[in-house]
Amino acid sequence: MSDLTNRTAAELADDLASGEVTSREVVDAYLARIAAVDGVDADGDVWPAKPAAALRSDEPHAYLAVTAAAARAHADDVDARRAAGAPLGPLAGVPVAVKDILTTRGVATTCGSRMLEGWLPPYDATVTRQLAAADLVVLGKTNMDEFAMGSSTESSAFGPTRNPWDLDRVPGGSSGGSAAAVAARLAPLAIGTDTGGSIRQPAAFTGLVGAKPTYGTVSRYGLVAFASSLDQAGPFARTVEDAARLHTVIAGHDPRDSTSVDAPLPDLTARLEDGVDGMRLGVIRELAGDGVDAGVGAVLREALERLAGLGAEIVDVSLPHAGYALPAYYLIAPSEASSNLARFDGVRYGNRVDAASAEEMNAATREAGFGAEVKRRIMIGTHALSSGYYDAYYLQASKVRTLIAADFRTAFDDVDALISPTAPSVAFRLGENVDDPLAMYLNDVATVPASLAGIPAISVPAGVADDGAGGRLPVGVQVMAPLLGDDVMYRVARALEAATAFDPTPRGARAVAVGEVTR
Amino acid sequence: MTSQALLDDGWELVVGLEVHVELQTNTKMWCGCSTVFGDEPNTNVCEVCTGQPGALPVANEQAVRDAILLGLALQGRIAERCRFHRKNYFYPDLAKNYQISQYDTPLVTDGELVVEVTGDDGGVERRRVGIERLHMEEDTGKSLHVGDTGRLHGADRSLIDYNRCGIPLLEVVSHPDIRDPETAQAYLRELQAVVVATGVSDARMEEGSIRCDANVSVRRVGEELGTRTEIKNLNSVRSLGRAVRYEAQRQLAVIQDGGVIRMETRHWDESRGVTEVLRVKESVTDYRYFPDPDLVEVLSPPQRVEEIARRLPELPAATRARLTGLGVPREQAAVLVANAAVPVFDEAVAAGAEATAAANWLAGDVVGQLAAEDLSLAASGLTGAHLAELTRLIDDGTLSNTLAKEALAGVIASRGASSPAAVAAERGLEQVSDVGELQRIVDDVVAANPDTVAAIRSGNDKAIGALVGQVMKATKGQADPRKTNELLRTAIHG
Ligand SMILES: [Zn+2]
Repeated sequence: MSDLTNRTAAELADDLASGEVTSREVVDAYLARIAAVDGVDADGDVWPAKPAAALRSDEPHAYLAVTAAAARAHADDVDARRAAGAPLGPLAGVPVAVKDILTTRGVATTCGSRMLEGWLPPYDATVTRQLAAADLVVLGKTNMDEFAMGSSTESSAFGPTRNPWDLDRVPGGSSGGSAAAVAARLAPLAIGTDTGGSIRQPAAFTGLVGAKPTYGTVSRYGLVAFASSLDQAGPFARTVEDAARLHTVIAGHDPRDSTSVDAPLPDLTARLEDGVDGMRLGVIRELAGDGVDAGVGAVLREALERLAGLGAEIVDVSLPHAGYALPAYYLIAPSEASSNLARFDGVRYGNRVDAASAEEMNAATREAGFGAEVKRRIMIGTHALSSGYYDAYYLQASKVRTLIAADFRTAFDDVDALISPTAPSVAFRLGENVDDPLAMYLNDVATVPASLAGIPAISVPAGVADDGAGGRLPVGVQVMAPLLGDDVMYRVARALEAATAFDPTPRGARAVAVGEVTR
Repeated sequence: MTSQALLDDGWELVVGLEVHVELQTNTKMWCGCSTVFGDEPNTNVCEVCTGQPGALPVANEQAVRDAILLGLALQGRIAERCRFHRKNYFYPDLAKNYQISQYDTPLVTDGELVVEVTGDDGGVERRRVGIERLHMEEDTGKSLHVGDTGRLHGADRSLIDYNRCGIPLLEVVSHPDIRDPETAQAYLRELQAVVVATGVSDARMEEGSIRCDANVSVRRVGEELGTRTEIKNLNSVRSLGRAVRYEAQRQLAVIQDGGVIRMETRHWDESRGVTEVLRVKESVTDYRYFPDPDLVEVLSPPQRVEEIARRLPELPAATRARLTGLGVPREQAAVLVANAAVPVFDEAVAAGAEATAAANWLAGDVVGQLAAEDLSLAASGLTGAHLAELTRLIDDGTLSNTLAKEALAGVIASRGASSPAAVAAERGLEQVSDVGELQRIVDDVVAANPDTVAAIRSGNDKAIGALVGQVMKATKGQADPRKTNELLRTAIHG
């Protein structure tokens, strides 16, 4: 039997449908790899990650918890129904990893924070329900920056996740655990969430495809809010097709989310192979020059040449207000976060530090429960919303947001899609930016404009670049499309993928070993 | 009595009221939980109204329609588009540590309420109170502090019931147009009546479905507004009047003593009849309002508003005018309106009852009995047809007033299952008007009381009352009093 954990989700779906393999065999292969590689205590129904101090430097630490028994039971159930001839969804029986920010009824959901340690959600997120309804088998919950605040997964209270391409480097963030899981063959698919680039930047750092859908097309119900007006769940996969297929499962109107778009959504796979011949693709001037590493710039240029070779017209486009996107984002997101995270007060759930009065209990609980980055953003957001500062900060940032959305609309009058690097550099070293929040925030410079505008955006691996230490690391190119143009985004991404022939297998001196483990 | 007696000459009281109305929707403002009052703690809760991580609010369509309806009833202007804002503050009974409310775009602005008060000359005076805004928000949970004081400070531990958390609330904010306690009371009563008439809430102060805070200040007439205090814990219309009166006099005394009024929240102590400092507003709390990104704009295009306006019922002022036009005294008309008894009244009149009689029964016995049993008119089962039948039985002499009261009690006890005639028949309440039977009893009574009969014959006419009483006793109250009197006089005087 060929290596199950190296197959794409589409391949697995075919093999499951044809009866070549069972879901249980696929799940067991992944569980065996997780047990061997990831640094979990593979014992009992739910396998917890080892404590941070006990993790080895060659363990990615993609998962915070592996729901082994439930995954096996679900796989058996899918196999039994398939054997009985019951109708099943196209990805039925394919495993998936889920970022630990989406609620799972009765299964711990920590958001990477001590604050929620031990909390068992009383309900499932809509995305969780959609995955279950489509019979994707959830392997477990993945590591993340605390409350999704970070670009490296180092702010997790449970220890950082390592990049499967170079275990001394970060996988990006905040969805670094989901990215590492797919890149290290610990899951064929994963769900992440993206607020300012939290799917796209980790996808770029780990050689994966990662997409942020149009805001409002994937339900936020049960997605523990960081910044409500920006948060959106989306897929990680090793191929564009896999990403589009997982995206299709989680998209759709949800009456429990007021901001959910109640409109027909495009078919994401129907025109996937139609190519870019005759399309006009814009390169965003403001995001492709200064501040972009040479190696990343070179990969971007090669990608543009390939797209031109496929018949696309490449044009230069300006987003005049793009330079204000990062400061606007770092006011709006913390402002919303300061309010969203107020509910973590020790009264109803999660950790509590007892004290003499309710006020003191609140303060002591939040002091102990939140990490430094979360506290920093709560303070920034509280300040930005304070009377006397609101107009200068929050309101001004909201106006910038409106201007950026208008910039995009103008640009899309002229072009079908926009192209930029996903991140200004390849994956950086663990600890490199921990003490420099501004350097960390600069990682998001190319991803936040699309977040503020609500448009769909995807990162596609387009090559590798020198990591400055003799190694080669993946580089992602970002494709942005108009609101509800997620199908166009995938079509361009697929064309670039096909022309690039990027091999998503981690390789290098410090790469995680891939391949099915012997049981 | 008016304000002249309240403050010294040249001083004036200024009051504005903030009234919270709990809407009687079936479900809460943002989730599908029941809004029923009085259930076991924390049984009507879900992930949304307890602020579980990841849960999202969806605005209750019925609550928005109710808010528009009340806004129209208060002559307000309905905003074509408005937003919900978050009001951020930490409090344990606020599940999310922010309240979803409205800030700079309330649903309704520029309303008014015209109230009637008794003037110095005893006549009716009409006063207009402007309504600045009406906005939608959500209620909080209830904290129960276990320990000595029953209040947060000094409690051993606190318990929280989230059943009330997320129940839709409307806040109606008046302009500071009120100049005396009577107008404040009349405003609250009138607002209650409008709320009841529109059907958006039962507006029961004792259950907290309508709550009132008063902003009170005093000033020299014609000068700028004085510093105000906010009075909380006003549990009845009477408390409102007492508290405003007390607070006005307290403030004037402080000022005349050379002191200054501080901006503070004060608690009305009903038993001691005083206001006390609850907390000093040293700095204005910064609620860091911002638009709630979880909720979309509420759109109320003219077409929608017109459609809701078609549901507007007759408003209390118009109802009272109509009733007084039918000869119903003004006070009784007010009682009928305040107790939502007008539909039953109208039904009784349509069924043939005399308006004055129907109003008299409803405003008197019915309202009294329902209050004693803590029952609503709807729950009592009493209909206009019952009332019409009752007045007919009195008119044709079948029932005396006393017996009619008993029949009415019977109808209510059966929750409307038995009609007055059925109750009378069942209990044998019909008056003894069989003359032969009554004549025999009268003859017995006359024979048994020679002294009294002699006194009456010698001119002490009032003594006949004692004999009537004896006849009543012998007939267990079922003798027709008029007939009894007649037979006794014939028997005594010949
Ligand atoms: Zn609820």
